[in-house]
Amino acid sequence: MRDFSYLRADSVEAARNAAALPGAMLLAGGTTLIDLAKCGVAEPATVIDISHIEGLNAIDVTADRAVIGALAKMSHVADNAEVKSHFPAVSEALWQAASAQLRNMATIGGNLMQRTRCPYFRDPQNFPVCNKREPGSGCSAIGGVTRGHAVLGTSEACIATYPGDLAIALVAFDAEVDLGERKLKVEDFFLAPGATAEREHDIRPGEMITAIEIPGSAAARRSTYLKVRDRQSYEFAAASAAVGLELEGDGRTIRDIRVAVGGVATKPWRARAVEEALKGKPLDEASVRKASELVMEGAVDHGANRYKIALAPRVIARAILKLGETA
Amino acid sequence: MTVHDMKHAGSDSARLEAVGGRLSRVDGPAKITGAAHYAFEQQLEGLTHAVLVGATIAAGKVTGIDTRAAETAPGVLAVLTPDTIMELNSASDWFGRQPSEETYCPLVREVTFSGQHVAAVVAETFEQAVAAAALVKVSYDEMPAIVDLSDGSDGIPVDAMTKEWGDAEAAFAEAPVRVCAAYNTPREFQAAMEPHGLIARWEGDQLTIWEPSQWLDGMARTYAEWFGVPFQNVRLVSPYIGGGFGSKALALAHSAVAAAAAKMLGRPVKLVLNRPQNFTSYGGRAATRQTVAIGADKAGRIQSIVHRGVNETAVDGMWVEPLGSVTSIMYATPNFSSKQNVVRVNTVVPGAKRAPGENPSAFGIECAIDELAHELGIDPLEMRLINYAEQDPHAKKAWSTRQLREAFAAGAEAFGWAKRSREPRSMRDGHQLIGWGVAAGTYPVRRAYGEAVVKLLADGSVEVESSSIDMGQGTYTILAQTAAETLGVPVEKVSVRLGDSHFARAGVTGGSRLAGVMTGAVYKAAGQALDELIGLALSDPRSPFHGLQANTLQVKGGRIASPRGDGPEFSIAELMRALGREKIEAKGDTVPASFTPEQRYNNYTTIAMALPHTEGDYSRHSWCAHFVEVRVDEDFGTVRVSRVVSALDSGRLYNPKLAESQWKGGIIMGIGQALLEEGIVDRRHGRIVNGNLADYMLPTNADIPDIRTISVGIPDPHSSALGGKGVGELGIVGVAPAIANAVFHATGKRVRDLPITLEKLI
Repeated sequence: MRDFSYLRADSVEAARNAAALPGAMLLAGGTTLIDLAKCGVAEPATVIDISHIEGLNAIDVTADRAVIGALAKMSHVADNAEVKSHFPAVSEALWQAASAQLRNMATIGGNLMQRTRCPYFRDPQNFPVCNKREPGSGCSAIGGVTRGHAVLGTSEACIATYPGDLAIALVAFDAEVDLGERKLKVEDFFLAPGATAEREHDIRPGEMITAIEIPGSAAARRSTYLKVRDRQSYEFAAASAAVGLELEGDGRTIRDIRVAVGGVATKPWRARAVEEALKGKPLDEASVRKASELVMEGAVDHGANRYKIALAPRVIARAILKLGETA
Repeated sequence: MTVHDMKHAGSDSARLEAVGGRLSRVDGPAKITGAAHYAFEQQLEGLTHAVLVGATIAAGKVTGIDTRAAETAPGVLAVLTPDTIMELNSASDWFGRQPSEETYCPLVREVTFSGQHVAAVVAETFEQAVAAAALVKVSYDEMPAIVDLSDGSDGIPVDAMTKEWGDAEAAFAEAPVRVCAAYNTPREFQAAMEPHGLIARWEGDQLTIWEPSQWLDGMARTYAEWFGVPFQNVRLVSPYIGGGFGSKALALAHSAVAAAAAKMLGRPVKLVLNRPQNFTSYGGRAATRQTVAIGADKAGRIQSIVHRGVNETAVDGMWVEPLGSVTSIMYATPNFSSKQNVVRVNTVVPGAKRAPGENPSAFGIECAIDELAHELGIDPLEMRLINYAEQDPHAKKAWSTRQLREAFAAGAEAFGWAKRSREPRSMRDGHQLIGWGVAAGTYPVRRAYGEAVVKLLADGSVEVESSSIDMGQGTYTILAQTAAETLGVPVEKVSVRLGDSHFARAGVTGGSRLAGVMTGAVYKAAGQALDELIGLALSDPRSPFHGLQANTLQVKGGRIASPRGDGPEFSIAELMRALGREKIEAKGDTVPASFTPEQRYNNYTTIAMALPHTEGDYSRHSWCAHFVEVRVDEDFGTVRVSRVVSALDSGRLYNPKLAESQWKGGIIMGIGQALLEEGIVDRRHGRIVNGNLADYMLPTNADIPDIRTISVGIPDPHSSALGGKGVGELGIVGVAPAIANAVFHATGKRVRDLPITLEKLI
């Protein structure tokens, strides 16, 4: 039997202390941890149940700022009227993630900690080689089945795609993750693999996500999340885009634009080159489509995932054009 | 076994209850409330748990198995390897053919596919077995693997599949209009919700197996042969099946491991395959490749069809997916040639998945005819009518019934086909390209002989018993309807007991044959019981009808009276009481009287006795026409099916509500096949990498549009006792080509490799 200790933390402090123990993992909604334990990827020595900590599930939203507790359920945040009104892309990203059952269980903090769907990562029995699991062992995906793998932010160590939706919207709107002692931009919280594929987040032993904060903006208020996938529900993105748009008073010149993409990169990917190319320019289809292609600067494909290089810019463009139509 | 409370079945009128009525599933409430206990949910005293260790290579030799750590792990009772598992006899195959080897070992030393069972751990708890199984260290001498069809040669010809008339090659070469293309379908899996697994228990030399099964008698035969015990000593119990789709008809290697472990330990053993093992422990649909060449005259009349097919099979097993089955009967042609090869690859031997043969066959011919229609500028529906086969072009026999013309007409009318614009890429809604496609489908009527027991009990209730099964298609319900109508009792008086091999025997539930076989058997048995009741009522001195001047009596609503209604009337219970009878039991069958006991045994435990669909003067098939609308995003290449209208000819429907449900299930599975399903193999390892329900894509509710089905069948007396033809498999046949044809109409792009994923369209 794979035995482990189970601790129920009643406070953030208790959870942090326990989280510093070697081999400790936090349990919130359990939708990732239990799944990974079943396929033999997660083998925690200690499971710290944080789901009973009070006060961590608040959703506090104004026009200026959203503060969402780490234990807020995905479904609650998605359905929050203020979130829908001030940060529609956040709500839409959550609605299109996972399944209703998972959204009712999974928490916002846990959502940020979800792991890649790379099939090689998830099957240690048959594929012992994986830099994420065993640093320095190599990458089984390179040269294998790569249809779902990343084309941006990859390295020779790892090409696993970041699978989430919510974080794409968070990155687009400069959200921060609150780790208690420090706050980090969500964009910096996620790490590209480089030579250290096993490090996916900038989080230290004894740290715990307590909340995320999203600054309000005109672009966040006029935002959307467009997700393209093989099937209509319960599926990860082939490519997705979180986009926010603010127009000048003339109703056609772009004052501010935010673009981030999912399903194509090793981490939530902000497309600044696309934003820069469009800021101050009139919103028209041809220039939007052309600028959107800039997201793929530096893209590297592995054969079966080449379609993502063509697909992602189209997803961005369609999201921007959709926002442009909703004046 | 759960007794179904018939009051919940929603039957409030005799019309619903009779054969042909829309009675709701009588097992529905038990399933919805959790009262239905599936085979391996049985709670047994002293139950132990077995977990398999699968090969991590696709080809090679096992050079060593280090079991020391596993053996000393907590709770472990045994670690079985090829060296330590008990020796079994080889069993005959499903045709009843004797094996070439004498002995059988379900754990292997020579690995021929990734995931093949190498060892097994038995422990007191499931968790202990899982943990210990991970400690078994297997070393290998790995050999290069043949991973798929593209690796092999042209393969081995299967001469029995050759169908030829006229001079197809010459006629094709001379035809004024020609199309020729290759069509591919990938390895697909049944992906039933309920996994495979079993509980095995020995009591002396009596073996009881609780296992989901599409064929209790066939599987019992295999167990009996493996262990060298009489057939009667094996009892298989399978009250419900959580989806089979062809995969649950045979006792498999993991079944043998569990039964052997139970024998060795002297304790019951439960072994359930985990989800990845469900992708490697038994075969899904074989990957196929076909080329279809059609030559026609300028009016669109087909002059020749040349068809070549290949399917993958296993290194150590043979599976032939009959790819010319639809090709050879759908259209009239004076010249025809179909040949098929198989290619051995390192996979578990492929198996049956809903409409094996007909399904991929229809994908080839029904896409090809669409391509011919486009080439000629003829409407694809008109194209099919121009080449309508008035008789079976291959068997040269009359159709028993073929309501395909009616299906085309009814489907086209309901779909609004006449409003279709001819040119590809000519219909759109914003960024959505809209396409309309049509395709036909067919499935042969497989007939067999059946038997059933019908008991009239003292309280006037009725029991029906059969070792056939209900895997969701509605056997419990239609057999209750058949008995109720034949006996003249309300359906809530009938309880149907299935899924126990000690009941009256039944052959395989496969090939859409069960309903026709079993309604015929129950009709016969119930008729015999009724005859006996009426005979006693008229002749027994204790009967209130004794001495009545009547030749016969009739039963209506559970009450018995003279047909003219001028005499006394009693309930069946009252009559039974008067007669002093506890029960009247009749075993009825449709087996020819000339059959020897061995022939009867083979009738139920092999498929060798099944009647060919072209036996006698007729060729018997179900038919259908699917009309599909797709919406393809012009930027993203995503295909969504937005509308389906299907008109189907399954003959007489025993219960239209259940038939429609099965048709729709087939259509939904066809949508998955067309757009999503594909077992993806890592070519370096010869291993399926998406062997789980997250990565093996199946449609969700959101992928399924409104589906309208229309029954155009008429009773077919040549196909079954009550006039029905096959239902279960028909619905899927033709769905994938209808969608592929609609995608072509939407985009102008012809995708000939399933599934039609977005990267093929951008």
